[in-house]
Amino acid sequence: MSNSEFQEKLAKWQAKVDKLQAKHPERKERFTTLSGLPVDRLYLPPEPGPDYAAKLGFPGAYPFTRGVQPTMYRGRFWTMRQYAGFATAKESNRRYRYLLEQGQTGLSVAFDLPTQIGYDSDHELSRGEVGKVGVSISSLADMEVLLDQIPLDKVSTSMTINAPAGVLLAMYIAVGEKQGVAAKQLRGTIQNDILKEYSSRGTYIYPPKPSMRIITDIFAYCAGEVPQWNTISISGYHIREAGSTAVQEVAFTLANGLAYVKAAVDAGLKVDEFGPRLSFFFNAHSDFLEEVAKYRAARRLWARLMRERFGAADPKSLMVRFHTQTAGCSLTAQQPKNNIVRVAFQAMSAVLGGTQSLHTNSMDEALCLPTQEAVTIALRTQQIIAYESGVTETIDPLAGSYYIEKLTDEIESQAYDYIQKIDEMGGAPEAIENGYVQREIQEAAYAYQKAVESGERVVVGVNKFTAKAEPLGEILRVDHAVREARVKELAQLRSQRNNQAVQANLAALKKAAQGDENLMPKFLDCVRVYATLGEICDTLRGVYGEYQAPSTI
Amino acid sequence: MRKIRVLAAKPGLDGHDRGVKVIAAALRDAGMEVIYTGLRQTAEQIVNAAMQEDADVIAMSILSGAHEYIFPRVMELMREKGLDDVLVIGGGIIPEEDVPALKAAGIAEVFGPGTNTKDIVEYIRNNLKRSLN
Repeated sequence: MSNSEFQEKLAKWQAKVDKLQAKHPERKERFTTLSGLPVDRLYLPPEPGPDYAAKLGFPGAYPFTRGVQPTMYRGRFWTMRQYAGFATAKESNRRYRYLLEQGQTGLSVAFDLPTQIGYDSDHELSRGEVGKVGVSISSLADMEVLLDQIPLDKVSTSMTINAPAGVLLAMYIAVGEKQGVAAKQLRGTIQNDILKEYSSRGTYIYPPKPSMRIITDIFAYCAGEVPQWNTISISGYHIREAGSTAVQEVAFTLANGLAYVKAAVDAGLKVDEFGPRLSFFFNAHSDFLEEVAKYRAARRLWARLMRERFGAADPKSLMVRFHTQTAGCSLTAQQPKNNIVRVAFQAMSAVLGGTQSLHTNSMDEALCLPTQEAVTIALRTQQIIAYESGVTETIDPLAGSYYIEKLTDEIESQAYDYIQKIDEMGGAPEAIENGYVQREIQEAAYAYQKAVESGERVVVGVNKFTAKAEPLGEILRVDHAVREARVKELAQLRSQRNNQAVQANLAALKKAAQGDENLMPKFLDCVRVYATLGEICDTLRGVYGEYQAPSTI
Repeated sequence: MRKIRVLAAKPGLDGHDRGVKVIAAALRDAGMEVIYTGLRQTAEQIVNAAMQEDADVIAMSILSGAHEYIFPRVMELMREKGLDDVLVIGGGIIPEEDVPALKAAGIAEVFGPGTNTKDIVEYIRNNLKRSLN
């Protein structure tokens, strides 16, 4: 690259910063180290080499290696968003309001397994599972309680929901209507990433084809009606939790992303209409510098793929905006307080990698859902990084490290090799249906386990520096009585609502599912008359059938 | 001497199968025959599979907290079907304080996070209820 080209890009970035500063000034007028040394917004190589602008460039500009915003955390910290939800809507609502009072800046809703798989809490298969790993939501009535006194025009809400994502989003929109908040004002995210459910997480319902159609319907509907909503969170988190390497996490996530974009484009949508609302979700594992490089590599690779393969032009379509969660699978049941330290390092890697929002795990999560004390420490960990550590005062502080840049290149290149291999199979849905992705992940998981057992990989407190078990003290439990109470509530709901309207709207949904009308307005009609999640999903099961997983072991 | 036959099962709605797959691979490497049920198995499906496959061992994994309901339910069905010579073990995210009740229900042993797979192999070999001859 010529020097003039570099100067031109530098000037463009500077102009963006000036514009941003006029509208949303940075957190401070002057940034200094703890000892008073000045800290610049961005540090650059003294003599930018030929490929600096091509490979690293400037924050907020292609290829986004150094971050997606021009000022990054000097402007605003990431959103501190703790994933929470358990038992009933009422109890979860209490936890959300507590977290918001403690300075959390966004909500993240965990649903129980019946909700995630589209069963009401009175379904036979829900026995033993109601309220266990998240909150139980079977109808709009539950959602109203869940979001009680939470102003939906001010808070952004992330919902970890996939196969029935459209239905839960419809409930959220309907609660907004009751609060007087228009759908256009709502901000938040639905996970809505079915492909990684087939490969890694397991809460699928329908087969891939109709699932992809529902996702495309959501993209199309939200582009017009809920424009500030992130319509998908393309997730590497669970791929990593299932045992993948960092390279596989990037590769399989982006391959899934490409499949969603292709499906939407094939359905006639324009890439720059829905592209800006795609978001991502990555894991923060324990190899600190590898993780930092991973986020940078993912950003650069995605930007290139979106530009080259789909001709995306809107910078927002090219950006990997992502949420991060620290690695649940790295938490140990042994000496659980050590997990506080693991989480802090992992969270720091996500911040140095430029995350847009972050969940820090609680120390007790290898044993149970987090207690209030544990979740508070986890949130404080983020606040310490943000307000005390100083890493937020300059953009992409590790750029230019020989090791970091080499790792970034290496992860990008190896991930791209995987993506090409997946292309040859016909794309991510095919690579998942034939079991390739699952086998790659489980082989990596087994190799890791063997390395831990041989002592080649040290896990403190597990295979080295072990100590006699010390009980953690308080753990959070969800009472069995939750299900019994929920069964009664649902019986009451079913007897009090207008069942004729429910049946009529479910029939209209069925008809739309058999044809190609967008399903989102039908979901809204159904939830508004208090059709339950189970009834809606059963209607679609009747049309689409259920996914049968291939055996991979 | 024949090989030990293990049914590795995922009861309930939990989709976390990393652990069960790693254990299935480790048991296989230790010379056992392993049949994996896949996800979302009811207690009935697991007990039927154990009968059909003539399993010596059932190894169940749950991370969702549903063990309190499903593990005892499996044991109840086992007794109904007279399968009292099958060794049943469990694992996953299971609080220490739940273990005594699970053992009282007939789960022979519970293995938590951080368990070495060799310990599971050894446990199975030493605690089979059936002869391999």
